[in-house]
Amino acid sequence: MRIHVPVEQPGATDPSVIRNFSIIAHIDHGKSTLADRMLQQTGIVDPRQMRAQYLDRMDIERERGITIKSQAVRLPYVGLDGVDYVLNMIDTPGHVDFTYEVSRSLAACEGAVLVVDAAQGIEAQTLANLYLALENDLAVIPVLNKIDLPAAQPDKYAAEISRIIGCDPDEVLRISAKTGLGVPDLLERIVRDIPPPIGDPNAPARALIFDSVYDTYRGVVTYVRVVDGRIATRDKVRMMATGEVHELLEVGVISPDPVPSKGIGVGEVGYLITGVKDVRQSRVGDTITLSQHGATEALGGYRDPMPMVFSGLYPIDGSDYPELRDSLDKLKLNDAALVYEPETSLALGFGFRCGFLGLLHMEIVRERLEREANLDLISTAPNVIYRVLGDDGVEIVVTNPSEFPTQKISKIFEPIVRATVILPSEFVGTVMELCQQRRGTMQGMDYLSEERVELRYQLPLAEIVFDFFDHLKSRTRGYASLDYELQGEQEADLVKVDILLHGEPVDAFSAIVHRDKAMAYGVLMTAKLKELIPRQQFEVPIQAAIGARVITRETIRAIRKDVLAKCYGGDISRKRKLLEKQKEGKKRMKMVGRVEVPQEAFIAALSTGDPAKK
Amino acid sequence: MSELVRPLSIYVHVPFCASRCGYCDFNTYTATELGDSVSRATFHKVLASEVTIATRVLGPREVSTVFFGGGTPTLIGANALGEILASIREGFTLAPDAEITTEANPDSVDESALETLRASGFTRISFGMQSSASHVLQVLDRTHTAGRSLAMARAARAAGFDHVNLDLIYATPGESDDDLRRTLDDVIEADVDHVSAYSLIVEEGTPLARRIGRGELPMPDDDIAASRYEIIDDALAAAGLNWYEVSNWSRPSGECRHNIAYWRSDDWWGIGPGAHSHVAGVRWWNTKHPRTYADALASGATPEAGREVLTDDDKRVERVMLALRMREGLASSEVLDEGWCRRTVDAGLIDAAALADGYVVLTRDGRLLADRLVRELIE
Repeated sequence: MRIHVPVEQPGATDPSVIRNFSIIAHIDHGKSTLADRMLQQTGIVDPRQMRAQYLDRMDIERERGITIKSQAVRLPYVGLDGVDYVLNMIDTPGHVDFTYEVSRSLAACEGAVLVVDAAQGIEAQTLANLYLALENDLAVIPVLNKIDLPAAQPDKYAAEISRIIGCDPDEVLRISAKTGLGVPDLLERIVRDIPPPIGDPNAPARALIFDSVYDTYRGVVTYVRVVDGRIATRDKVRMMATGEVHELLEVGVISPDPVPSKGIGVGEVGYLITGVKDVRQSRVGDTITLSQHGATEALGGYRDPMPMVFSGLYPIDGSDYPELRDSLDKLKLNDAALVYEPETSLALGFGFRCGFLGLLHMEIVRERLEREANLDLISTAPNVIYRVLGDDGVEIVVTNPSEFPTQKISKIFEPIVRATVILPSEFVGTVMELCQQRRGTMQGMDYLSEERVELRYQLPLAEIVFDFFDHLKSRTRGYASLDYELQGEQEADLVKVDILLHGEPVDAFSAIVHRDKAMAYGVLMTAKLKELIPRQQFEVPIQAAIGARVITRETIRAIRKDVLAKCYGGDISRKRKLLEKQKEGKKRMKMVGRVEVPQEAFIAALSTGDPAKK
Repeated sequence: MSELVRPLSIYVHVPFCASRCGYCDFNTYTATELGDSVSRATFHKVLASEVTIATRVLGPREVSTVFFGGGTPTLIGANALGEILASIREGFTLAPDAEITTEANPDSVDESALETLRASGFTRISFGMQSSASHVLQVLDRTHTAGRSLAMARAARAAGFDHVNLDLIYATPGESDDDLRRTLDDVIEADVDHVSAYSLIVEEGTPLARRIGRGELPMPDDDIAASRYEIIDDALAAAGLNWYEVSNWSRPSGECRHNIAYWRSDDWWGIGPGAHSHVAGVRWWNTKHPRTYADALASGATPEAGREVLTDDDKRVERVMLALRMREGLASSEVLDEGWCRRTVDAGLIDAAALADGYVVLTRDGRLLADRLVRELIE
């Protein structure tokens, strides 16, 4: 069997034989399997070396079945017309929170393969990415995957897709990435339907960065799509947004392992290495040009990553703090969107205030810290970024409840999102009710088919970062999918609720909530803490307050009995050892004023309020 | 020479019960649990063989107290208990005023057994009465009636026991304040000179813990236990029985000297499976199962399963923890933190007058929080 076909040399490829495309698919709909199958059918991976989901390098991605960082693979393909084509498959992150990265990957392509599970139909995030592709004028090839599944309903979902993208149901390809059925047809469709890239080989070089990955051995590996001109090893390049200048130590293509080349030209996709150690020095969306006689106009669409969700991350064991710091520093090299600064909490000790793109980004960071650095972490309830205008006209940006101003406030603005939910029509009522509770405004509803509905709501971001997704899933028996994108801000009547223990505020539990929900939050937290905090020698009030006004109160009654009834011969050693153990435990007690609280109580109070795992 | 004058106490553990009570996690076994592995009828000889080892190790010391506990010591019969006591008498010197106690289940003794015990030298007997309320006894799986305990207590007085104790358990799920008051009336009426009262402890792994876990019974409530403790302390004090340890009350001179030996960290040797010993700053404990215990002794080996040598720190912790439970209190010289004393007097937990005399003695509120105060002192 042929395992390698002649490759058009990078840097000397005629744009007319290049096809650049992305695969748009929901988690589990088979994107990675399809990518694997294409690698195999074009012959660039030896079947014996074929590893499931070849392109998803990180364990965490493999386990969660999602792709966080995209990569680009150059596939040589001989078309039925006998032409040697070069297919550049650009993998896209498959989740909300990474919409910007997806948009950059799509901007590097002329076409997209829309992959939908023939047993499940299109999901909200896929729909959002599809719209993004259509907005970018990409040629879309609709594909139903997993048609070999007994539960597959290809006719139904082909009709659904055709309605969404406005094509004929017969144009929807039916494949099984698992068995390889239909994949040759797909390769032909890619060659036929997706236009070749167009660019000016004689213009100053311009290349779009669509991904940037930190590698322990090589430093940052930057993935680019050349639009105009050519870039080559040894060139001095300039990043147009950041202004940084670097020398290209290596330029190459991934096929499917890195292959260095002299350079890459118009329409080509490849990687470059400059020796920088931080992905911030080579940012997604930025334009690369030559430092001498470079382009004057960037490709457009660059945006600084903007953290929207904030949370305190603390090691459960305080002595892990330095390790947490080192791990964040390391993670940051590969994550341009992650921001953090040291923070001290009365309840939780030393930790970091971290900013994330969204909820999933937050979960991924936390999981990687826990997994790769083996840290046990606790996070405070996430909050969003607020803009607060004081009476005096001063504007404060609040990313932490502790920064919420105490003086008179004239206006508060909160970020809002445009959320799309796709769900079976029987659950529309209950989901509308949920969105209503979360201060949502309905913006539209479309039937994708008789049984499936697309609901569009405008919602405050704060209302979905907490546990919205879990409620959505449980109300729809797991059938709903959610996508959201930021859509500016709105004025809102928000207050900071403090939780006071014996009159002392406990920082980790302060929250910025809508005035109508302040009471519910106060009742919930005070009740929870009453359960978790052991009784003291004196009565301890637990109060929720807005400023100086107490809105709800619980009381931990004073302890009356703390003595073991029996202490005879054999009990003595046992009791002494118990005391020693309690003494150790006491070292981990946090003092809130005169109140002794085991750290576990704080952790439990935060954990139960944590967004449950998806 | 000093070895001879230091008081020595001996504890004898009889690891048998007729049935197991749901709350009990003691090292005791029913006939069914033991099967053929151990003979109850001859077990007193096995116990006596450990007495021989103790004699060899300690030499001819004077024994001031002996205490037979369990399990149910009286289950092996008054004669067998007498034989073990005889072996102690043989190996050591029993002090002329030695206190010799046995625990007894009200069902496992009768008038003649009481007389036999008296005749073999027993001076004190302790009955597990627990409660006068039959529904409380039922929750505790006790098979005897309250009347039987009281009758046996009176019979013991008649048989010549100067010292009789009744054990009570309070704050059992289902017990009311009135149930407890009736129990106390009965106890006082029976004219015993000693009462031990324990709030019900739910021990892990017991049937009681499982019943509570399944929601069949409520968890005993600490606030209720605290109020009941006050009821007990009031009633007994009014009847002339005063507290001398957190869970123990007696008439003057009715204190259990054996238990006081534990709390003063005197020397004591525990005979029997799972029994603990403390001699000259070393604590050790025997193997728990009667079979392995008997096998060890039969092969001439010691039944010891483990030991620890107490450090000065350990000794101080034990001193604080034990002395604070007692009426005689802890010498205030042991408490270096004067601020603690002042705060704790102010909080009403230690007695101001006793402190002026140089002793930390807990008030009743303080006794109810004794473990907490001990923790504060050993930090």
